Amino acid sequence: MHDHAPSSFLRRYVFSTDHKVIGLQYMFTGLAMALLGGFLAYVMRSQLAHPGTPVAGFGTVSNAEYNAIVTLHGTIMVFWVAMPVLVAGFGNYLIPLLIGTDDMAFPKLNLMSFWTFFLSTVVLILSMFVPGGASGSGWTTYPPLSAKPAFTGVGLGLDLWIVAVALEFVAFLMGGVNFITTAINRRAKGMGLWDLPLFVWEEVIASIIFMLSVGPLVAGALMLLADRNLNTGFFDAAAGGDPLLFQHLFWFFGHPEVYVLLLPALGILAEVLTVCARKAIFGYRLIVWSTIVAGLLSFIVWAHHQFISGIDPRLASPFSLTTILISVPFAITLFCYMATLYQGSIRYTVAMLFAMAMLAEFLLGGVTGIINGSAAADIYVHDSYFVVAHFHYTLFPIVFLAPFAGFYHWYPKFFGRHLNHGLGLLHFYGTIVFFNLCFLPMFALGMMGHQRRIADPNAFGYLAHGQHYQQLATWGAIGLLVLQIPFIVNIFLSLRKGAPAEANPWRGTTLDWAVPSPPPHGNFEAPPVCYRGPYVYGVPGAADDFVPQHMPPGPGAPTARVPDGDAAQLAAAGSPVA
Amino acid sequence: MSSSAAATDLHAPERAGDYTSTGLPTGRVAIWWFLASEIAIFGGAVACYLLYRLHHPEWAEQAAHTVNAAGAFNTVVLLTSSLSAVLAHHAAEQGDGKTAARWINWTVLGGLVFLGVKAWEYAHEIGAGLVPAKSLFWSFYFLLTGLHALHVIGGMTALYVVGRGAARGQHLGRVELAAIYWHFVDVVWIFLFPLLYIAS
Amino acid sequence: MLWDLPRALSSFASDIDRHMALIYWICGIWFLVAEAVLLWLAVRYRQSAHAAAGWLPGDTRSTNAWVLVPAALVLVCDMVIEFDSAVVWAKVKETTPPAELTVRVQGRQFAWVFTYPGPDAKFDTLDDITAAGTLRVPVGKVVKFELEAADVLHAFYVPELRLKQDAVPGRRIPGWFDVLQPAELTIACAELCGASHTYMKGTLLALPPAEFDQWLAAQSAPPPSTPPTATR
Repeated sequence: MHDHAPSSFLRRYVFSTDHKVIGLQYMFTGLAMALLGGFLAYVMRSQLAHPGTPVAGFGTVSNAEYNAIVTLHGTIMVFWVAMPVLVAGFGNYLIPLLIGTDDMAFPKLNLMSFWTFFLSTVVLILSMFVPGGASGSGWTTYPPLSAKPAFTGVGLGLDLWIVAVALEFVAFLMGGVNFITTAINRRAKGMGLWDLPLFVWEEVIASIIFMLSVGPLVAGALMLLADRNLNTGFFDAAAGGDPLLFQHLFWFFGHPEVYVLLLPALGILAEVLTVCARKAIFGYRLIVWSTIVAGLLSFIVWAHHQFISGIDPRLASPFSLTTILISVPFAITLFCYMATLYQGSIRYTVAMLFAMAMLAEFLLGGVTGIINGSAAADIYVHDSYFVVAHFHYTLFPIVFLAPFAGFYHWYPKFFGRHLNHGLGLLHFYGTIVFFNLCFLPMFALGMMGHQRRIADPNAFGYLAHGQHYQQLATWGAIGLLVLQIPFIVNIFLSLRKGAPAEANPWRGTTLDWAVPSPPPHGNFEAPPVCYRGPYVYGVPGAADDFVPQHMPPGPGAPTARVPDGDAAQLAAAGSPVA
Repeated sequence: MSSSAAATDLHAPERAGDYTSTGLPTGRVAIWWFLASEIAIFGGAVACYLLYRLHHPEWAEQAAHTVNAAGAFNTVVLLTSSLSAVLAHHAAEQGDGKTAARWINWTVLGGLVFLGVKAWEYAHEIGAGLVPAKSLFWSFYFLLTGLHALHVIGGMTALYVVGRGAARGQHLGRVELAAIYWHFVDVVWIFLFPLLYIAS
Repeated sequence: MLWDLPRALSSFASDIDRHMALIYWICGIWFLVAEAVLLWLAVRYRQSAHAAAGWLPGDTRSTNAWVLVPAALVLVCDMVIEFDSAVVWAKVKETTPPAELTVRVQGRQFAWVFTYPGPDAKFDTLDDITAAGTLRVPVGKVVKFELEAADVLHAFYVPELRLKQDAVPGRRIPGWFDVLQPAELTIACAELCGASHTYMKGTLLALPPAEFDQWLAAQSAPPPSTPPTATR
């Protein structure tokens, strides 16, 4: 079924249409950008711990530079790390494998998508080195601050920033069409929607949310560019425009975007948890329906970012209600994941450690979200370090812990070798300890009243007794960065020295484990056929503790289209173990 | 590109549209999702315009400066070009690539006429000082029509490429996709024309 | 460590604090219980303690209840929080008690400017009193403010009052506060507004009413022929 791999190096590894190559390109571009975003975080944290003191490796941070660093750190981590790694990286690599096909529905579109993304990366980096400096308007880029160069002194840097983000959106729109179409139409024979691994569901729902929410912001970006360059007044009150309009456009996309990132992370988690706990996912359909409901709700929560922004105060309580309600479907999903562990037999691979840590840490991000979501509490915590702490407790697990879990889990599939376990453990424990050291103090700072995006906490008397928290957080950030070194060493060291991996090293059921490691061009020897749901672990009547999706029914492989039946039915339907 | 050994029912050949899970052509599934995201873009922009417009009834007076005749003519042009796109699709379904290509050429010509008229309008308006920065109404006028014109150019390019293929009898299935996209461009104009030119 | 709030000096500060405490308790208990359950599962069902996993797809009504019942409890807690939130929000942001004094607060890059209506109690007249940097108010009196922004977004923020409101160009956003005891507080800007955002600060001086009246009268003292000038 598969055509031959292109022979030239360029076509094979650079301008490849192979979903696996493109997936890894996205992932490693994201990793490189994460280092840049991490460096910016280090500069920011150092400035806050010792305001005014030159930062080693950067120098003295001016006020304008501080704003630019805040802006770029946020922009890079959301749009150039989270999106490429979670959505495009894992999505590209895994969706075709998990649904049993040879490539995306539109391989050339996929190629175009990556190189558009790459171009956007170049434009963003360029924006840091133009006269006037990089954008310092925050990742939210609220006008009027962003609408006139006179307000910030930033000229071309901000225009390029907008262009870069817009190009990035275009890349992910192309990718989104591809993901959705592929999952709808290129599933293996016999694979119904309810046989899809959860990762595929989550990626597809995330792509749909992205595609339907980003449009208004694309229009908003055009308006902002026009305001800056054509002297229009879309967001200029003096010309009859309204600055708040941009906030609506931004958050109509911005909040669903959080779920665009969260869902693939939850998808990775579902795959890792089931394989490592040797358990069927608990409540498969419940999770899918919850995710769909959460996806719908995500379109009507955006104004919770604007409670005190000057919108009509009567709007606050309805949006507060929808915001707090969205906790219910995600609570269901998390409870299902926890129930998945019940009666499991958990193998603590490094991937599983990261997956469990993601659950544990994300819980704190989730419950603190309720404080931000309550309109009344938001009066105090809005734009404070409490918010910063909250969204790092959600986004760090989403953007780093879950992909780490996925990366350790699928590295053998990607490269045919195992990662070093010892280095992995070092990476894991270091990351978790320093992550908490970095962000827990920020809750305390927020409660003290520390507002976001200030370059010098010493300017405020009420923060005087919080300086030791600042320093703790800074040590946490530095430690967190340093402890990524074993990870990076591990990636490259294991490429050559890692223990060879077989096709199915973790004894998983999904189709990604049915192909050799690494999978050849075209993936499957023959088109696979799917006979059952994705998570058949420990089913009574089976010969082994797992039954792969592509294993034909027969002795030791129950026929039931699980997870559709309970144990009694299965035991009746399946043949007894020989 | 694929070995087409159709062994059993379940092991039918893969790739290139031979087999799809839903039975729908993959391209058609894709184009509709693509249009959904396009609708979100235009929907967002038009919603902004409407919100402002409702707060500024005086814009009707400014809208009176648009050239209604040109807009109406362009509406007819686009509707006609959509008709030829339908005929192209019909011909492609009959497997008649040559005829499909001919109808596509008419559609592309319609697009060119549309852009020509639009360019004349822009020149006329900018000459009269009605530039984007003139007022918020003109900002929206240029934003919405400009965004639409970009889509016209995109649609024409797609049609042209597909038409060249169809003339050689290749990828006839793509005629439908380009035609669907052209209809979308047409429908957007049908919304924009009354909203920007004649609504008062 | 997680409850290191500044003093609560407005009459709604304690309402907001009480509401946050309610959420802290509810969410804190949920958090601890969930972490405890997770930890128990992680230890109890490790491979060495539980060699063979069970078959439990959780797709029957009875097993679904394991997650749906806790989720329903989450919903109940959500409703409690939401109700309390709406009550507090309405008190702070949707209603204004009868005010003794109205001040116009304007944020601009990078300072706060305050305008009092003067003896005629009307804004935009010649006897308006403008003060840059320091906002003086009488202790214990409800102060109404009209918040404006001259250039970009700002946010009027006084931590001890639990007061935060964005200022938006083109809008005059109403609000209110009071200060329960004499104090000198920092007014900060809580919305990124440009390079010197950090240093956009002002002072809120809560004076005993008699002292405040004296100060206000002194501001109006100059002969009426001179235009109003900025005073400190």
